[in-house]
Amino acid sequence: METIKNRVAIVGMGCTTFKEHFNKDADDLIVEAAFEAFEDAGIEPKDIQAAWVGTTQGTTGMSLARPLKLQYIPVTRVENMCATGSDTFRNACYAVAAGIYDVVLALGFEKLKDAGISGLGGGGYPNSGVEPRGTPPGSFSRLAPRYFHRYGIDQAKGKELLGRIAVKNHHNGSLNPKAMFQREITLEQAIKAPLVAAPYLGLFDCCGVSDGAAAAVICRADMAKKFRPDPIFVKACALVSGPGEGQIRTDYDYTHFEENTRAAQMAYREAGIKNPLKEITLAEVHDCFTITELVICEDMAWAPRGKMKEFIEGGVFELEGELAVNPDGGLKSYGHPIGASGLRMLYECYKQLQGKAGPRQRKKDGYAVVHNLGGGPGGCNTAVNIVGL
Amino acid sequence: MAGITSYGAYIPWNRLSRADIAKAWGGFAAQGEKAIANWDEDSLTMAVAAALDCLKGVDRSAVDGLFFATTSSPYREKQAASTIALATDLRREARCVDLDGSLRGASTGITLALDGVKSGSARSVLVTAADSRMGAAQGEFEQLLGDAAAAVLIGNKNVIATVEDTYTVTNEFIDLWRSAEDGYVRSWEDRFILGEGYTATVSAAVKQFMSKHKLTPKAITKFVAYGPDLRTHQGLAKSLGFEPAQTQDTLINAVGNSGAAEALLMLVAALEEAKAGDTILFSGYGDGSDVILFKVTPEIEKARDHRGVKGYINNKKVMPSYQKYLKWRGMIPTESARRPAPIPPSVTAMWREQKKNLSLYGAKCMACGKLQFPPQVLCVYCQDKGMKFEDVRMAEKQAKVFTFTHDYLAASIDPPTTVTVVDFEGGGRGAFECADRDIAEIKIDTPVEMTFRKVSHLLGIHNYYWKTRPVR
Repeated sequence: METIKNRVAIVGMGCTTFKEHFNKDADDLIVEAAFEAFEDAGIEPKDIQAAWVGTTQGTTGMSLARPLKLQYIPVTRVENMCATGSDTFRNACYAVAAGIYDVVLALGFEKLKDAGISGLGGGGYPNSGVEPRGTPPGSFSRLAPRYFHRYGIDQAKGKELLGRIAVKNHHNGSLNPKAMFQREITLEQAIKAPLVAAPYLGLFDCCGVSDGAAAAVICRADMAKKFRPDPIFVKACALVSGPGEGQIRTDYDYTHFEENTRAAQMAYREAGIKNPLKEITLAEVHDCFTITELVICEDMAWAPRGKMKEFIEGGVFELEGELAVNPDGGLKSYGHPIGASGLRMLYECYKQLQGKAGPRQRKKDGYAVVHNLGGGPGGCNTAVNIVGL
Repeated sequence: MAGITSYGAYIPWNRLSRADIAKAWGGFAAQGEKAIANWDEDSLTMAVAAALDCLKGVDRSAVDGLFFATTSSPYREKQAASTIALATDLRREARCVDLDGSLRGASTGITLALDGVKSGSARSVLVTAADSRMGAAQGEFEQLLGDAAAAVLIGNKNVIATVEDTYTVTNEFIDLWRSAEDGYVRSWEDRFILGEGYTATVSAAVKQFMSKHKLTPKAITKFVAYGPDLRTHQGLAKSLGFEPAQTQDTLINAVGNSGAAEALLMLVAALEEAKAGDTILFSGYGDGSDVILFKVTPEIEKARDHRGVKGYINNKKVMPSYQKYLKWRGMIPTESARRPAPIPPSVTAMWREQKKNLSLYGAKCMACGKLQFPPQVLCVYCQDKGMKFEDVRMAEKQAKVFTFTHDYLAASIDPPTTVTVVDFEGGGRGAFECADRDIAEIKIDTPVEMTFRKVSHLLGIHNYYWKTRPVR
């Protein structure tokens, strides 16, 4: 079995601002992200041999071919809940690594803010309608009582730790002109915000819902330098689709995502990472809610189980810390147009490794990690993509 | 000899003070409070709760019938008893009947059940009654009417109260009514309906029965008769020669007039206090009257393990406001949440999942022995290719909260939506909404029990499922 490591390169990327684009439709956002990526790679749309498009609400490959006026090439639509963007990229990488295509496009988009609702909508097949009413914050918030109970952290301290994650991601977002929320918040604001999913999650513990698109031009690694002097190489692509056992088995602890742990180990093996905290410079993780980021950092083996309190208080994951987590502001501040998010995370990794991250710039070496999750505690899809120089 | 073999009751947790209703509108406040079904309860779900209380410790394979008396069935066309039978896990062969429309349905149900048991066509029959009638805002009925349910099992083995005799009279009389279009109870002028209707009818029926059996009031331990209101009920009992101590309380002060359930609820309360040898003269009223004489047997002492009226009457929460009641009952339009429109259930999927959704069955893997909920095609623990499972009823198990959330974003009539992830005694985990909860009482390891509730009402379909509820 071969690996993806160093067989595929990213030579161009684009990302729209993520916000409530009330005056733009999906086509506008797709064209904007794709053309930024084409320009960045120095190519024309006709140079794309195949494309993958990720969206949870759009339909079919035509949702990409139509706005870009792609001339009769294959386009595959990918959907894997909130991990859609990263899985779109992964599938595109494999087609290039397989030697079928030389240059392809991976693009993710979502147009959420025409729905007139708060948060995300539902959908799905008709069913018997007996599942508990719930929303994403309701689902993810189930982690918090259990995590803090397990590690003997009282509610006030737990709220504070989550608040610190929100403050960090808002700070990072304030340095990012493309982010949905570009303002700092205080710890007190975070802790005292109106409750969304009690007892732990308030307004600032929840990511922004927005419209947006992000795109990557991918090519064979051996061709990469023809496009640009500083291509970024794919080191690992991992995806785990959970069997949903955690929602049924009594041995699931609601303090971790088994899918995260497995996907991280799969990706580290492929990339050859032995000491993740040391070797990884920055990571964009799926902080749909602050408690999710807290748990992810342990699942990714950056902090030992139960030790996030010390790591948060030690500033390990801040912009200047040992491993910057969500330097672009994360889902929290950048916003979360579902299908686009995985590629938005990659966009930050790509810019950081090229030294183009402006005030958010980290050192340019080591690995950059994308962690993208769709589903909820007890059953989810987790994608982990790793890139480097 | 045939008679009652078990009993049960259900009174909703929520109560509304009559003073709070009067405060909203001005005017006279009747005494006490009324029990009110939560927004996810109706007469059907309350009947399930009373029936389960009655069936505790009872061999359900010998229950050959289920009669449900109500004037507030969730459907005008579609049986309710069939849903109750699945929720209470009765056999498919049990004869299910709705006794709909008359306030006297419970006593009628007892007489019909007796006919079945005596003739040998049924070994035992569950008679359950529940009502959740509406009085329009600002009216007398709004203060008077309350919600409750009760149940008795009629059979001829281990009888706790034998039926000595019954008498029925039918009387066409328009005192209270709701036509097909009416949401609220209507009535005629009270001096006429109470005098010529209730008092005259019940009085004549009871006198007829007592004279046939040469009974004096002194020979009766408890007179258990439906009463439309406190004063008229007391007047009737007095005129028939019963002392206040002999007269069973209507529960109107604590519960309200619970319609088709009232007389049966009173009977359950009487049985809770009854001793061997007691005689209970029972009367139902509505479009006539039924009179039934019970004699309590020593078996009564073996049938005390039910919550009954005693268990529920003080287990309560007084509503913080009258406005909330108006919202629960849909009596005022309220702004809807800015959330997606709810999706109606698929009737096909509801049918396919009946055993899981209505009877709440999990499955135990025959290969590894692990119980799981909901049932899986392949075992979630051992993935055994044999796919052999044993069905296990989860609805009457206790469980403990593993984790939980109070979701303020989810659209609900009474936010936040509390979702509990619970571990059942003996295995199995599930996520269920939590009913009748105070936010502060939901913690990790809080003990909960299962309760049958209405989860949606879309396209006119009442969709029922189970929720958790803190054990109190």
